[in-house]
Amino acid sequence: MMLKDVDRIFTNIYGLESAMLKGSKKRGDWNGTKKLLGLGRDKIIDIIKESGLRGRGGAGFSTGMKWSFMPQEVGDRPHYLIINADEGEPGTCKDREIMRHEPMKLIEGALVAAFAIGAHVAYCYVRGEFYRETKVLQSAVDEAYAAGLIGDNACKSGFKFDFYIHRGMGSYICGEESALIESLEGKKGQPRLKPPFPANVGVFGCPTTVNNVESIAVVPTIIRRGQEWFSGIGKPNNAGTKLFNISGHVNSPCTVEEEMGIPLRELIDKHAGGVRGGWKNLKAIIPGGASVPLLTKKQAEYATMDFDSLRELRSGLGTAAVMVMDNSTDILRAITRLSAFYKHESCGQCTPCREGTGWLWRVMERICNGDATAEEIDMLEEVTKQIEGHTICALGDAAAWPIQGLLRAFRPELESRVKKPSTAEAA
Amino acid sequence: MVNITIDKEKHDVEAGITVMQACEHVGIEIPRFCYHERLSIAGNCRMCLVDIERSPKPVASCAMPVAEGMVINTNTPDVHKMRKGVMEFLLINHPLDCPICDQGGECDLQDQAMGFGWDRSRYHENKRAVKDKDFGPLIKTTMTRCIHCTRCVRFATEIAGVPELGATGRGENTEIGTYIEKAISSELSGNMIDLCPVGALTNAPYAFHARSWELKKTESIDVMDALGSNIRVDARGPEVMRILPRLNDEVNEEWISDKTRFACDGLRRQRLDRPYVRKNGKLKEASWDSAFTTIAHFAQELKGDQIGAIAGDLADCESMTALKDLMTAMGTNNIDCRQDGAKLDSGIRASYLFNSTTPGIDRASAMLLIGANTRFDVPVLNARIRKRWTRGSCEIGYIGQQADLTYPVTHLGDGPAALKTLLNGRGPFAKVMRTAERPMIIIGSDAITRPDGAAVLALARQVAVKYEVVTSDWNGFNVLQRAASRVGGLDLGFVPGRGGLDVAGILSGAVDGSIKMVYLLGADEVDTTKFGNAFIIYQGHHGDAGAQRADVILPGAAYTEKNATYVNIDGRVQLTRLAVYPPGDAREDWTIIRALSEFTKHTLPYDNLRQLRARMVQLNSNFLNVDQAVPALWQDFGTEGHIKDTPFESKINNYYMTDPISRASETMAHCTEVFLRGEDRKTPANG
Repeated sequence: MMLKDVDRIFTNIYGLESAMLKGSKKRGDWNGTKKLLGLGRDKIIDIIKESGLRGRGGAGFSTGMKWSFMPQEVGDRPHYLIINADEGEPGTCKDREIMRHEPMKLIEGALVAAFAIGAHVAYCYVRGEFYRETKVLQSAVDEAYAAGLIGDNACKSGFKFDFYIHRGMGSYICGEESALIESLEGKKGQPRLKPPFPANVGVFGCPTTVNNVESIAVVPTIIRRGQEWFSGIGKPNNAGTKLFNISGHVNSPCTVEEEMGIPLRELIDKHAGGVRGGWKNLKAIIPGGASVPLLTKKQAEYATMDFDSLRELRSGLGTAAVMVMDNSTDILRAITRLSAFYKHESCGQCTPCREGTGWLWRVMERICNGDATAEEIDMLEEVTKQIEGHTICALGDAAAWPIQGLLRAFRPELESRVKKPSTAEAA
Repeated sequence: MVNITIDKEKHDVEAGITVMQACEHVGIEIPRFCYHERLSIAGNCRMCLVDIERSPKPVASCAMPVAEGMVINTNTPDVHKMRKGVMEFLLINHPLDCPICDQGGECDLQDQAMGFGWDRSRYHENKRAVKDKDFGPLIKTTMTRCIHCTRCVRFATEIAGVPELGATGRGENTEIGTYIEKAISSELSGNMIDLCPVGALTNAPYAFHARSWELKKTESIDVMDALGSNIRVDARGPEVMRILPRLNDEVNEEWISDKTRFACDGLRRQRLDRPYVRKNGKLKEASWDSAFTTIAHFAQELKGDQIGAIAGDLADCESMTALKDLMTAMGTNNIDCRQDGAKLDSGIRASYLFNSTTPGIDRASAMLLIGANTRFDVPVLNARIRKRWTRGSCEIGYIGQQADLTYPVTHLGDGPAALKTLLNGRGPFAKVMRTAERPMIIIGSDAITRPDGAAVLALARQVAVKYEVVTSDWNGFNVLQRAASRVGGLDLGFVPGRGGLDVAGILSGAVDGSIKMVYLLGADEVDTTKFGNAFIIYQGHHGDAGAQRADVILPGAAYTEKNATYVNIDGRVQLTRLAVYPPGDAREDWTIIRALSEFTKHTLPYDNLRQLRARMVQLNSNFLNVDQAVPALWQDFGTEGHIKDTPFESKINNYYMTDPISRASETMAHCTEVFLRGEDRKTPANG
């Protein structure tokens, strides 16, 4: 079973054709957008709800549902759409490809989404490192403006829509929606307390919806082809197609659009040329970006790539960035590197994350270097539990989960690395 | 009201409050570090996590509003574990230097570590060290102790209105600082010391001087400005070690100004601790007997109207009553408590009170400041005005010299002309005043201490009438006094009686010889070089301007050393309490006057404080209403006359030195150097 070519949404994800207006129109973008808007706000939201589209940024919350949280009527405060293009999750490179090669899908999706939530302005917050991607996206925006597709009378629908690109400064935490909003407002990127949620008090204190690039870019196609088409792909409650990024110890790392719920092994074998040295050489797979717990070889054998089944395996689909590690990997070293990443990217606002991430990293370093005691493994697990769920945003969880996954799957390896009590001590 | 369940007990609580507040209402204490009632909610310390049923994660109770049917658990093993966990995180990078930390004994972290902490550390890494910051001469920093609760940042930004503090860096490298190293330029900065839950920000002048448990705590009233902030005087033995605020929403909420807090070292310097008598041009130590005899000897030669008395800015009501009675007995009407020459009428209470009262600021819907630099006159009141402004829909107009009041104002002009424009209904602010539901006028000392002050006051009253500042349920006409003694003095009628001379009259009388004896009750702000050859009695506690010119010095008590009455700007009668005894031979002020009256053969009819206070009530029944602000009757006042169109000049050149105590204070001298002269020198505590 493999996604049929006709069912692909991102037909130019490899950039074989022009990314600009002419090329993308050939691929069907901006085809009858006015008619799409003619469906009306409620209908569009219903279609997206019924399509079963779940947010592609990692949390997997229903996109249509999120839109429906926005106030029905636009009051004194304008509504805003924010597109989260601060793709910072290690291993993830799907939004980047969309901005590079399918920017028109994003802009059209933004128009439709903004229309659906009653916003006349969309801000696209692009990760600072994506310099070239910003350039491409900006020229696509300029083209769309020039062609009258967006602007004062977007697609001649009478709907005013502006699209602004804002470049971030490369901070991981600014990918968290409320930190992103803070950053967009010109403040230090630190997550906000919820409630209030952005749909009520978002950017500049106004109702705001924050969506991932991929979630937005698939919207026009879903509406054009109908909710049944999209929900018919994949598994129940995990519908549609999804961009997967396969990296690490595979023969040909790639980004590929596939059906949700595809078996992990099939995904790797069919699209990435299999694990380096064969499946038997596999050690572990991180299935959804750095913040989800890893899967062992045994789990990876039967895992399917969707939100619910990976959750059952106590991991997660996250951003669907599959990182494959073969037997040559020092798995401890690998997870320690992730700990260093989270320590570096913690915003420092709330206590468990600020203090805990550094602690985790230091203990991991010492375990790696054989400079820790066996008791510290238990302590490490307790510390992750002390962080998990106790922080303002999910970065604390993200720092805790990889270590918890490691401890579940590779505890013997950790134990073999700690200091053996000397005979004297043992006595 | 919403129904919620807290720890298996059902409760009805007000809708819209937070889970933490709900828990407090029903008597369950939730530990916290970052949360503070008067600051915005940060929710970053995570100490207040509670378990709410059907919530996927533990919830920060400080930030979560209550909802119908909420089931809250604060006492489960899970919650205890969470608190223990957060506590451990806070402690891993916190130095174990409690024995050398000034916060020790009154430290939130220390207290809560006792309640929720582990008994040993599992953290075997190196602790983080953070370089100390220089926040100026008042706040000592030990930033390694900081737990990043951001209370100080929020205070500076929200309450003080000086957004100079912030968190730089990320993660465990986060540091609280001033971005560019500088002293915090707020007159309220000391409050950050109280807000800091750990020993990161401590009182610099007090550093390493005392431990909190060694101090005797006395609840009292501040006299450094006219607000009468409620304070706690912490003393050890004969010394006042520090001043802390007390909570009183009607007066100072829980803030005090830096002068209130830090000028207390002035109580130890330049003190008058024994009587002096001038002999052959030199002041010589004397006994009380000989000082009183000298005065009585001199006075018996004089006719009543050759004597004058001036009460200073720190004088208490008891001593003013006694002095007034003594002067009356000696046959003079030349008494005045308005050292600065304010043209205020003691007969009409509404003409010198802050009629809306301080809490009334919260209800004002537009404000007009006339010659009132509230930031320096009464910093705590200024913070309240700022608080009103931050809540929105309250425009503030300002007439006076350009000043940064920490909130934006519409500057209408420098002098009375702007007030006239407003009276004629012209200018940008006329509409604001007209449409405001509860407009407020605050007229400051700079406007009423001018020679034409009475006319300016009358003009302001006309403006008040025109814009309906006074209605049946709202009196927004406010006079902002600068001196702590002033309202009390006016309430007691310590002003010239029939045919009597005011301060200017006494001074010129002294020069031309018609006034032969002047009694200065702590009056240091008059021009003491202009007393001619008059015989000067100075009663006070500091060897300041008045004492230098005096012929007899009677050593009195400072505000921390007596049980005395002060009336604040709102007309609120408040009592100070004796925290330490006056030094040496110095005595409580009214007793000195009472003793003197025996020598001059005009023995005053009260032998104790109770009798004296009964006399005060006789003079003004308002003194019965302790701790209350009784509204004053709105009457006609002010005298219309020619008004010179000169700007309202600010008379406070140096906020840090405005009275004998702050002028004697070394800390205030440091502040003057740093904030006025820009010489950023370190305090001794900083090494």
